[in-house]
Amino acid sequence: MSAPARAWDWLRRNALLIYAGLAVAYMLIPIAVIAIFSFGATPKDKLTFALDNGFTTEYWQTMFSIPELNDALGTSLRLAFFTTLIATAIGTAMAIALVRHRFHGKKLANLLIVIPMATPEVVIGASLLSMFIYYSFALGFTTLLIAHVMFSISFVVVVVRSRLIGFDRNLEEAAADLGAGPFTTFRTVTLPLLAPGIVAAALLAFALSIDDFVISNFNSGTTVTFPLYVYGVSLRGIPVQVNALATLLFLIATVAVALVLFQQRRAEKMAAVQPEPEGGPLPLPGTAAAQ
Amino acid sequence: MSLRRRLAPYWLMGPGLLWLILFFVVPMYFMGEMALRSGTLATGYTFDWAWSNFPDSLSGRGDQIGRTFFYSGTATVLALLIAYPLAYAIAFRAGRFKLLLLFAVIAPFFTTYLIRTIAWKTILSDDSPVVSVLQTLSLTPGDGRVLATSGAVIAGLTYNFLPFMILPLYANLERLDLRLVEAAKDLYSSSRTAFIKVTLPLTMPGIVAGVLLTFIPAFGDYINAQLLGGTGQAMIGNVIQSLYLAQRDYPEAAALSFLMMGLILAIVLVYIRFAGTEAFMGDEVEEET
Repeated sequence: MSAPARAWDWLRRNALLIYAGLAVAYMLIPIAVIAIFSFGATPKDKLTFALDNGFTTEYWQTMFSIPELNDALGTSLRLAFFTTLIATAIGTAMAIALVRHRFHGKKLANLLIVIPMATPEVVIGASLLSMFIYYSFALGFTTLLIAHVMFSISFVVVVVRSRLIGFDRNLEEAAADLGAGPFTTFRTVTLPLLAPGIVAAALLAFALSIDDFVISNFNSGTTVTFPLYVYGVSLRGIPVQVNALATLLFLIATVAVALVLFQQRRAEKMAAVQPEPEGGPLPLPGTAAAQ
Repeated sequence: MSLRRRLAPYWLMGPGLLWLILFFVVPMYFMGEMALRSGTLATGYTFDWAWSNFPDSLSGRGDQIGRTFFYSGTATVLALLIAYPLAYAIAFRAGRFKLLLLFAVIAPFFTTYLIRTIAWKTILSDDSPVVSVLQTLSLTPGDGRVLATSGAVIAGLTYNFLPFMILPLYANLERLDLRLVEAAKDLYSSSRTAFIKVTLPLTMPGIVAGVLLTFIPAFGDYINAQLLGGTGQAMIGNVIQSLYLAQRDYPEAAALSFLMMGLILAIVLVYIRFAGTEAFMGDEVEEET
């Protein structure tokens, strides 16, 4: 085979992977741009491209030197913390009820959980604002918290629920057989196995809250969150510190997700501890017949 | 079954359902109520069954409405074209890079949506290398600018909602039984025919779910149009936002949001009627007995 023909053949065989590589690059380009710009010594009043003016770590060192930015970030972190706490508790309880129990109105409850996820954010923001206006409720941290918990609940339910579905009930029965009461079983078996799902759901709620702009835009009043601050200054050109901060948040999120994944794998291994299959040292009665 | 166990689900569901009813369902009622008020900001808005707000909210907004369908529709199609091969590659060809690729797909979520969009603004700005390449290839419109064009808004929408397309597609493809494709090939079907007759129909649920999850947020978005578009790129979301937060014409804004909600709700309910809540909730639960 000639060289061009071989190259063509290679290209054809790997076309899918090359395409996938390009798509992934498309996903990562803006993130790279944010990170690169955080090191760019750009003149403050004009947007010139990337590192034309040289490399500097100045903005990483002065990351926390803008008071309004610090306030906004503090508000966002506090908001995300309380949102996560409330939404994770409420949502986990709902997920347990949905998977473990039968009750009247389950279909309707499912619908009520799904529809907020399928509603455009602008509509959620607008409807909440309509209600707050009707009651002349002062907009601020409380209204933000109400809104953030509201849109986070559904996602928490979905994440914890998927974890519960793959749950091996035999482990709980084994604990009960060995004399554990319902509470001990829940604490020593159910909760540790469910923990990765709950942690993943909490991380998602935290991320959703800290990232939300649209719904906050409608219901914040004069309270400024991190995205609202960025929006406010974006019209004049955002300070480079924001890029540094965004990069830092990205790194923290990456590490957090890596840890959850690791933990999840461990939990899966733990859950996979099962009686040896047929031919193992202690075949359970009935397993051979079942096959 | 003991009484305690029978009551348990209601205790567990209670707080969450209450929260969703009080802060999702009830606000919809107040938005409807607001949509039927009339008056001015100065005199206050009073409720008087002002049905005319609904046609009024649409009149003269043909451009924005048309644009919203066109932008979000195009972005959804583009996202599908980008996502399907990528999800396929991650599911079947990635090997040990699978986890890394999946990470790359969700990585954008780790940076703020707004900052990501502002990054696109930088990438598409007049002095960026990307734009000079596009100019060299004569892919830019007449004046050589990319920012403040429809193309920029569509590119932003496609980018921002791409993960919502990739994830359901990947979840669907991963469960695809490859033996069925092999069977088709054993029966002398070409790769192309096997794909069209076996793979594609089997992944249709993922495609529909992805299309829905991409189209809905894109349809209601106003950030991309605002940051990447110019005055001629406003979408319905921009109109609602400006009516509510700048002009404070609450009744008309509420009427318009209500119509948007109605349209989306209709699409979602039709979808759920045929496909269940799986796209949003993941695997169906086996009923406990």
